[in-house]
Amino acid sequence: MDAKDILGLPKTPLPLAQEKKSQPKKDSQRKPDGISREVYALTGGLAPLMPSIDVSQLKRRPPSDEKITWQWLPFTSSARKDNLQLYHWVRVVNGVPPTGDYSFAKYNKSVDVVKYTEEEYEKYLTDPMWTKEETDQLFDLCERFDLRFVVIADRFTSSRSVEELKDRYYNVSRAMLIARAPSPGDVSGHPLVKEPYNSSQETERKRALSMVLSQTKHQERKDTQVLAEAKRIAESRMTALGTEESALPVASNFDPDIAEVAVNLDDTASPSSNAQLASASVAPSTSAMADNASTLASLRMLRVYMRTYGLEQMVQAASSSAGLRTIKRVEQTLQDLGVSLKPKVPTKAVCSEHLELRKEILTLLNLQKQLQYKEAEGSSFRDGSYTDMPGSPKWSQRDQDRTFIPDSMSFGGERVGRRDQKRKGPGRVSENPSSPAHKRPRKLKASDL
Amino acid sequence: MRHWFVSFITFFVLLLYGLAQILNKKLKDVEISIPIVYGNIAFWLGKKANEYQSHKWTVYVRGATNEDLGVVIKRAVFQLHSSFNNPTRVIEAPPFELSESGWGEFEIAITLYFHNDVCDKPLNLYHHLKLYPEDESGFVSIKKPVVVESYDEIVFPEPSEGFLARIQSHPSVNLPRLPAGFTLPPPVPVEDSSKRRRGDTKDHPLAQWFMNFSEADELLQLAAARQQVSGLLWMNKKTLVAIFVKYHLLCGLFNIGFDACSTLAWSASSYSKTPTTDKLDRWAESTVEISLRPVNALLLMQSFEIST
Repeated sequence: MDAKDILGLPKTPLPLAQEKKSQPKKDSQRKPDGISREVYALTGGLAPLMPSIDVSQLKRRPPSDEKITWQWLPFTSSARKDNLQLYHWVRVVNGVPPTGDYSFAKYNKSVDVVKYTEEEYEKYLTDPMWTKEETDQLFDLCERFDLRFVVIADRFTSSRSVEELKDRYYNVSRAMLIARAPSPGDVSGHPLVKEPYNSSQETERKRALSMVLSQTKHQERKDTQVLAEAKRIAESRMTALGTEESALPVASNFDPDIAEVAVNLDDTASPSSNAQLASASVAPSTSAMADNASTLASLRMLRVYMRTYGLEQMVQAASSSAGLRTIKRVEQTLQDLGVSLKPKVPTKAVCSEHLELRKEILTLLNLQKQLQYKEAEGSSFRDGSYTDMPGSPKWSQRDQDRTFIPDSMSFGGERVGRRDQKRKGPGRVSENPSSPAHKRPRKLKASDL
Repeated sequence: MRHWFVSFITFFVLLLYGLAQILNKKLKDVEISIPIVYGNIAFWLGKKANEYQSHKWTVYVRGATNEDLGVVIKRAVFQLHSSFNNPTRVIEAPPFELSESGWGEFEIAITLYFHNDVCDKPLNLYHHLKLYPEDESGFVSIKKPVVVESYDEIVFPEPSEGFLARIQSHPSVNLPRLPAGFTLPPPVPVEDSSKRRRGDTKDHPLAQWFMNFSEADELLQLAAARQQVSGLLWMNKKTLVAIFVKYHLLCGLFNIGFDACSTLAWSASSYSKTPTTDKLDRWAESTVEISLRPVNALLLMQSFEIST
């Protein structure tokens, strides 16, 4: 009876341990020359992909047998047409100046603008919108400015738009190409022939682009909102299609709720806490409904499932809007009430009751939290503006009412506030004689009726 | 504009629903559930126990009322620990159970395959085999086994008509009330049941150890809990509304607290309605409108016996 067999250990030790030993040895041995170890380590221990700087080149000096001088010499460039002679510094080696053209002359590229003769113009290129002079001028400008149409449009004597100029230029070039070609097939591959310029399309495109670029922030926000709403409507439509039975109540619920949310969104005034809270209370109910409907749909898709699994899914859907802490509190409450978290006998009735109970507990917890907030607000508010009111002993009676709620609530702030008021009461009356007078007319009204 | 859109969607949905009713062979309103119990019973072998076989155990899936599951389940596959010979055990006929002897506790994966007209997808259950009793110090006897059972229900949300017809009066199945005007074809006469091996577990040798599961206790417990929670909800709502009224009288008509007040009323009314809180909810809703007249608020408060 092998001890290893009982424990279930493999018989041979892992070969991995041996591999690991050889690796670190290799790393420490490799150390490149030329740069220090730390600098090499900065690159992650790997050589760079491209040869960055050839180290041997850095310290190279020019061979000592050559004699280098620098001279101020004239030069000409083939790119210039006017034979202007300019001067520049030249590196002369052993008294021999360098030969060859000016080294930057090769960058003087230009566009091959089509040249047409008079006859060709008469034959192919006449256009009702364009005179010959204008066309000639256009082509001259094209040549001068290398087809920079914005500049050409600016220089053009009669005001034509960039699209018109482009249109004329491309049409002429295309016509010339086709006319001069030995056969149509030769030039059919040329891009000018294949895709003629479409000026209306260009105008449209530029207009749309400028519209998009010039959208104000307000406009952008509105667009995103509308898109989000459309998405929501589409989603609700999907869930409605998926659960055709529950579609009716769900859709009717969505109606006021979507309108509600839309109203809140369209309000361009600064969002008050009022709107936020209202939408917050509406939104969870709609999302809960949607979740419910979608889980029902997904369960139906399964064709067969265990009821405990179904209950789990529904519970998850119902508490999807709540955070982890809230869920824990719900479970704690369930335990306090003596209900097991997973029913022992999950029949249909038991499961639905369980789900309803969970939802109600969630509602209760949310309500209690709201109550806490409002109490806190109330205590701070009352400290500021409370003067003398009849029936102050009755306030404390209300406190006793509240002890029915099992959750411990922050009574501390509330009570302190009240004690302060009792102290402040007489003092206040003496300080502000006007405010009780202000209050009195209102009280008279109340008691009148 | 939006209302038009949503009503259009509703109409479209209704149309689809109608079409689906006509076109679909599956029934959407009828859900079939099969209550089952699965678990294990383990006997300590006592003197006959050796190192490798200290317990004799049986793992099984049975109907909750011990009815024959063979009408629904075609076969059950029990996947045992890899240390067993042929760890994949297939049981082709009811009762779906498997007996073995061993010493270890492990998780058994049970896969249920259904008949062709029932469902073509198998269903997986997991049961942790329990051999040793909870309290270690307790006296372990050969006669009294360790029993662990779990109740669950197999749910078929959209059964086919054939399946429905076949099992419409079988005791192992929970069938809800069929929708009005729905008629099933008469059931196909089953072969003589005495010829086939009995599939139900009513007279099973281990039947004396089977646990009883009643939903009544659970329902009672849940109902009591719900009562308590709704009571708490009512108290909270009352307090919330009372705070609202308090604000109202304090800060007067149109200044600061007004927004908070209407929010409170709104949120109080948006929570779930129970019959007892209807009055309160209606009042909370109406106060949003009458908030311009604080006088009425005072009157209403008195009528609802909320002390100021």
